[in-house]
Amino acid sequence: MAVKVLIPTPLQKFTNEQATIECDAGSISQLIDALETSCPGIKARLCDESGAPRRFLNFYVNSEDIRFLDNTETALSDGDEVSIVPAVAGG
Amino acid sequence: MTQAIERPTLTTKPAFHKLKCKECGAEYEAEAKHVCDLCFGPLEVKYDYDVIRNTVTRETIEAGPNSIWRYRQFLPVESSDPIDVGTGMTPLVEAKRLARRLGLKKLYIKNDAVNMPTLSFKDRVVSVALTRARELGFSTVSCASTGNLANSTAAIAAHAGLDCCVFIPADLEAGKVLGTLIYNPTLMAVKGNYDQVNRLCSEVANTHGWGFVNINLRPYYSEGSKTLGFEVAEQLGWELPDHIVAPLASGSLFGKIYKGFNEFVECGLVEGKDVRFSGAQAEGCSPISQAFKEGRDFIKPVKPNTIAKSIAIGNPADGVYALEIAKKTNGNIEDVTDPEIIEGMKLLAETEGIFTETAGGTTIAVLKKLVEAGKIDPDETTVAYITGNGLKTQEAISAYVGEPLTIEPKLESFEAAFERANTLNRLDWEQTTV
Repeated sequence: MAVKVLIPTPLQKFTNEQATIECDAGSISQLIDALETSCPGIKARLCDESGAPRRFLNFYVNSEDIRFLDNTETALSDGDEVSIVPAVAGG
Repeated sequence: MTQAIERPTLTTKPAFHKLKCKECGAEYEAEAKHVCDLCFGPLEVKYDYDVIRNTVTRETIEAGPNSIWRYRQFLPVESSDPIDVGTGMTPLVEAKRLARRLGLKKLYIKNDAVNMPTLSFKDRVVSVALTRARELGFSTVSCASTGNLANSTAAIAAHAGLDCCVFIPADLEAGKVLGTLIYNPTLMAVKGNYDQVNRLCSEVANTHGWGFVNINLRPYYSEGSKTLGFEVAEQLGWELPDHIVAPLASGSLFGKIYKGFNEFVECGLVEGKDVRFSGAQAEGCSPISQAFKEGRDFIKPVKPNTIAKSIAIGNPADGVYALEIAKKTNGNIEDVTDPEIIEGMKLLAETEGIFTETAGGTTIAVLKKLVEAGKIDPDETTVAYITGNGLKTQEAISAYVGEPLTIEPKLESFEAAFERANTLNRLDWEQTTV
């Protein structure tokens, strides 16, 4: 299923400087693996040693934080927009 | 649109030179950058404390300007002419009546409700951020704000002649909206909560090349809050307090007061002491307090629902650090309900003559709760940080302060009304003691 992924600036070196890319995935964890296939090296930046998303990185599906949904098991549908945003901002 | 502007000339060697990731230690040039490329951890300004120790004494500070810039060597700017609009050096008031009411022996209020120019602690961080923005060549500045920061960014940008575009949640208090619009920035009222505004701004910051004070300028901006630590130490006669209570929104302020105290110790300006740090949240937005009470070392974001809008951050960037500080200093993090916040605002006003906003009401209500729970020792010298002004959040309090007694311009009208008021006061008093 095609979803649109917004890539933060520090990771755009893995996406040929593209700020958005299209990806086929049924969940956030699948999306991370799919990104790694198309942009090798990106998973190690997105996830810590245990494979969980880094604590200073937020994932949103259609503007909702995945921690209010099913975390990395949050299901994705055709046309969804996933934003990956550094958590350290504001205040 | 953004254009480069002339950079101020440098006259003294700054004591900072790099940014360093707080998580993995990676270092970066001192540019407009706030997260680590490797682990996304927050970047912090790195100082050469030997330079500071060799050039700064109590006397040099006391001879400096009556503003945050007396601590200039501890702040991440290079210019000889930082933006100085009289920010800082707000009163540290010994709160004897409030202390007596609560059962404390030595209580102080650090009163940033009267900070200049926009009546909140945010003027400290914005003065630093916009000075740095100018040095880095930005001509447009911006922020994501719960209100106070919008006021401050718009005002100080106006003073500095910088273009300004600020983002706020659409449901803010009228005083905070008007108190931004008057400076004529572009004001975006976003239909969403602060966390949504913040996320939007993170995306705008990626594309527009603006200086966002609390995003790409955040390492510099946040350092301004250290001055709340410096000033309290200086105003206590170059001593640290035993215990501080401060509001927690993103958690940044809390960590920077802690850092400020430690830097003064590190540079030999005050004796080291184990200061206890306690944090205050509103129950309707208490992700850090919940983590503290449940013994977690991570924050679960929440959706805010409280009258304390200025501290309604459901996804606090520095929450984990605030948690660590409260734990390691043997402090506490507590939350209070909206009615308790109103009572806190009234208590501070009635005992000390200080009209604070809802965030300050939260701090006072938590102070009271901690004292009642035996979590603040009456013998501790305690400082409560009041970070904003009540005139900006009138909606929150207007239903709870009564009405004026409208009378005819005649003596008998006054006497009758005064008698009635005294009777009502007595009834109030009797009710509260039953």
